[in-house]
Amino acid sequence: MEQFFQFLISGITIGSIYALTAIGFTIIYNCTQVVNFAQGEFLMLGAMLVAILVADGVPLVIACLIAIACVTIVGCLVGATLLRPLRTGSTLSMIIITVGASILIRGIVMLRPDKEAMRVPGFTGEGSLSVAGASFPVQSLWVLGTAAVMVVLLWAFYRFTLLGRAMRASACCKEGARLVGININRMTILSFAIGAAVGAVSGIVVAPITFAQYDMGVMLGVKGFCAAIIGGMGNFTGGIIAGILLGLLESMGAGFVSSAYKDAIAFVILLLILFARPQGVFGGSKQE
Amino acid sequence: MKSKIIAFVVLAVFVAAFSCYAAAPAKKPYKIGAVFDITGPGAPLGTPERDTAQMVVNQINKKGGINGHPIKLIIYDNASDETKCALAVKKLIDSDHVSAIIGPSSTGTTLAVVPICEKNKIPLISCAAGVKITQPVKPYVFKTAQSDIHAIAKVIDYLRSRGLKRVAFINDSNAFGTSGRDQMRLQAPKAGIKIVAEESFDSKDTDMTTQLTRIKAANPQAIVCWGTNPGPAIVARNKKALGIKVPLLMSHGISNRKFIELAGNAAEGVIFPSGKIIVASSIPDSDPQKKQLLAYAAQFKSVYGREADHFGGHAWDAIQLVLGAMKKVGDNPTKIRSVIENTKGFVGIGGVFNFSPKDHNGLSKDAFVMVQIRNGKWIPLK
Repeated sequence: MEQFFQFLISGITIGSIYALTAIGFTIIYNCTQVVNFAQGEFLMLGAMLVAILVADGVPLVIACLIAIACVTIVGCLVGATLLRPLRTGSTLSMIIITVGASILIRGIVMLRPDKEAMRVPGFTGEGSLSVAGASFPVQSLWVLGTAAVMVVLLWAFYRFTLLGRAMRASACCKEGARLVGININRMTILSFAIGAAVGAVSGIVVAPITFAQYDMGVMLGVKGFCAAIIGGMGNFTGGIIAGILLGLLESMGAGFVSSAYKDAIAFVILLLILFARPQGVFGGSKQE
Repeated sequence: MKSKIIAFVVLAVFVAAFSCYAAAPAKKPYKIGAVFDITGPGAPLGTPERDTAQMVVNQINKKGGINGHPIKLIIYDNASDETKCALAVKKLIDSDHVSAIIGPSSTGTTLAVVPICEKNKIPLISCAAGVKITQPVKPYVFKTAQSDIHAIAKVIDYLRSRGLKRVAFINDSNAFGTSGRDQMRLQAPKAGIKIVAEESFDSKDTDMTTQLTRIKAANPQAIVCWGTNPGPAIVARNKKALGIKVPLLMSHGISNRKFIELAGNAAEGVIFPSGKIIVASSIPDSDPQKKQLLAYAAQFKSVYGREADHFGGHAWDAIQLVLGAMKKVGDNPTKIRSVIENTKGFVGIGGVFNFSPKDHNGLSKDAFVMVQIRNGKWIPLK
């Protein structure tokens, strides 16, 4: 029983990281209907910038702010490259552009001579907490807390602000949104800016647990993307719950079956879920 | 018009021939190929290897080359990718016509090119550790990195000397980790050591608490973790968080500053077998390698301003073996191969090499010392 509790806690710790990644996918998808394959790289870039700045002696808080600002600018640039294909209306070419952007970003970070993982200090120490015999790093509270705060903020943004509603409108129907005077180009860039900023924050928050490395974005991107799909693309709460579910499946698979097959177990179950509910567990049936 | 063109061509040929003649060295250069994991996940290995090989070759050329032949070192990056590595090796053989190849850096990339070198009869001196590279012996394939056979043997010696008989094993699921696991399965029973739990993790995993919880339940007397950064650092952290008190042994894969940096104070007390270069100044003077180790470390530091490490050492051994063979027999690949195969008592960075037709690694477990991390420093044990 104590073991089960530890697996549960570990699963939530890992899952919260995937959940945070899923949020970034959702933001950009919600505005542009584009799956942004550079999302994992936004996380990596945030984590790497903080790691590099902290190693150079910059205080953690300032390093975080600089990193978020830089990644947001990168996000705007990626968004800007999509504006032309946006006009011709091909979602596929926009997705390919994000794939290219992810390779470019990773390639640029790889130019650094030191390619090994880098340490990022925990926000409130390196320690771990113990609840009923199960232990977890203090930092995972930050991860869960950040995810929760982000969901609330984003939910409020999309629901109550004019800007947020304009972004939703442009995803729903480009022509219609244009007719009522919404600047689609601006909305696209804005969604990438927000997506990148959220990605940077996520990367920074998870880095003390995962370490920062130039290729960390690939695996986080894949797992976050899975979580976003399972959660029903475009659904924040769904993405978060699915992310934690994925972490739990991995942890329980490793704990009760075998650590050699934990990823296989998790993904087979996810595939089964998708066969049963192709729109994702939490996605309503699409009406367009 | 036509005559003008002819005149120009003749002139061009003369100029080209003359400049060639002026620049041409006394003798034709000997060509050595090198392919390392310079970018990608293997970069921490490939970068010092490239730097070391280049440093040694530059030094030789400055001294007039080998028997008057300058050395041309052709280096390719395989981006830690098996396919790219195979292409690079084919290019070295087919279009660069090299006499021998040093590298690649990791077991996966090496195994991808073993058949190519065998088929073309070009000696390959790998800098990777995996035992599959030289077992079974392939005529043209050698390696300079210590085998995990010897690392595991050293770990088992340690466990036996401390009376630790119930051991848990956790490994990275990559080639390095699984090769260590296979050796452990093979050697532990012979030494009377029982593996009470066996777990694995993925190179990109971020939390090994679950695996360690299972290990904890099996109640071992020691935990052995086999992997390369950053996984083992996470294992060390998670083990500390779970309050598991038994000794933690690791592989030579963590024999670098990075591990201590990543694991922080969880690195304290970790014990591992290590090549001697990182503890060169604190090993006894009676060690046959000590002089060579200190000389290489000092030279690397003065050229690149960084500390020398094992990986650079593997490349040092590889390039020196090829250069030594060339000094004796010139640039014929087959002859180079037989000279290396019969090299005895070569004092390198990775150990003292004694090659034979049955052993293309040439090292014994004496290539390792057991090291413990105390106060963030490496302390040789015993």
